[in-house]
Amino acid sequence: MSKVRVLVGTRKGAFILSSDGKREQWEVSGPHFAGWEIYHMKGSPADPNRIYVSQSSGWFGQTMQRSSDGGKSWEAVGNKFAYDGVPGTHQWYDGTPHPWEFKRVWHLEPSLTDPETVYAGVEDAAIFRSTDGGQNWSELPGLRGHGSGPRWQPGAGGMCLHTIILDPSNPNRMYIAISAAGAFRTDDGGKNWKPINQGLRSQFIPDPTAEVGHCVHHVAMHPARPDVLFMQKHWDVMRSDNAGDLWTEVSGNLPTDFGFVIDVHAHEPETIYVVPIKSDSEHFVHDARLRVYRSRSGGNEWEPLTNGLPQSNCYVNVLRDAMAVDKLDKCGIYFGTTGGQVYASADAGDNWAPIVRDLPAVLSVEVQTLS
Amino acid sequence: MIRVELPYHLRTLAKVQGEVLLEVSGPVTQRSVLDALEARYPMLRGTIRDHGTGKRRDFLRFFACQEDLSHQSPDEPLPEAVASGKEPLLVVGAIAGG
Repeated sequence: MSKVRVLVGTRKGAFILSSDGKREQWEVSGPHFAGWEIYHMKGSPADPNRIYVSQSSGWFGQTMQRSSDGGKSWEAVGNKFAYDGVPGTHQWYDGTPHPWEFKRVWHLEPSLTDPETVYAGVEDAAIFRSTDGGQNWSELPGLRGHGSGPRWQPGAGGMCLHTIILDPSNPNRMYIAISAAGAFRTDDGGKNWKPINQGLRSQFIPDPTAEVGHCVHHVAMHPARPDVLFMQKHWDVMRSDNAGDLWTEVSGNLPTDFGFVIDVHAHEPETIYVVPIKSDSEHFVHDARLRVYRSRSGGNEWEPLTNGLPQSNCYVNVLRDAMAVDKLDKCGIYFGTTGGQVYASADAGDNWAPIVRDLPAVLSVEVQTLS
Repeated sequence: MIRVELPYHLRTLAKVQGEVLLEVSGPVTQRSVLDALEARYPMLRGTIRDHGTGKRRDFLRFFACQEDLSHQSPDEPLPEAVASGKEPLLVVGAIAGG
């Protein structure tokens, strides 16, 4: 019988939520790393018992953990993230040059084929790789060395590289996204990168269609169609049908197109999910109602999904890495809120129920589908 | 033996309870004590002082013998009472945040 394991990173520790394929009864494990910020944790597709964790603290900085037994025990691994060569500068909030400084790991993306290889997206924005299970980290400097690097500048949350997508059909192709630089793609395994922001419009930068400077919040891909990408930008929901070379807006009838998360149904590549947030001035859900919006047409036509979700007096946010899907049939959808709830739907979003209600603010949610 | 008292979160990270006892060869300074600490507990590297610069992290302090030694040179000898093991070196997390 299949099982699912939901990996939840919060402001004050990590939690692991486990269930069988029915996804009705849940076992809660945690807090792991109690009191630490867990920006992200993710399991290896090649070995689900291998889980990587980004653990950080305002006092003690960045540490990294890994498990080799599905989260039963943990081992601290390497936490040295040294930029390659002379770090150089990016733009600071006031437009002045500011040296690149490592702050934390936002996102971990394990290799699709090798449990010992994992990528890390960090703030200030860069991508690192470990090929020894997280013991040692090396930057892929071609990204930060892209000619536009000195023009990148931080969003309100910092200049973070928060999205890493590996193309399952082409090991040399990866996508990443940075707030607030935009999306980038490599076609040679990370040596060279190109901005893929054509078609984005961002009114908060002097040139709304500039090559870089866009505050991309998250990007999602269905593994069966790796050239089709979906993006939740600061404002606007976008899609690309050519690996990011050109984006078109698919916000359609959403009540607001500001938000953070976006994800794709495991078995229906044109079915996508977002959680509209009222605005960038008010980081809570629109109209005090927690609604997931689903499009079965790859965007533009959206339906609200509300069964089981609070429809009054709700003022939570859903952060960029806090939604995930399992691979069961029917597809399970999961998301966590800044109010500490983790909601699950075992029927592709038609009905929802909280797995837990009172965790610390949720920073990230990932799901492992286990056989 | 040099006695070092770590804050709660670093004790859990290093999986130790109570004070840490360290052998330090040569002069007993902040640097030599932290070098010995990190050699024995590699998971603490980068958590007390920055990986690259060796600079004390902003929200940590070093206390001993009722004195704040945080702003002393890392190569200045620590008090004799620390060097002799009579008093611990305290690594203290700032009282801040929620």
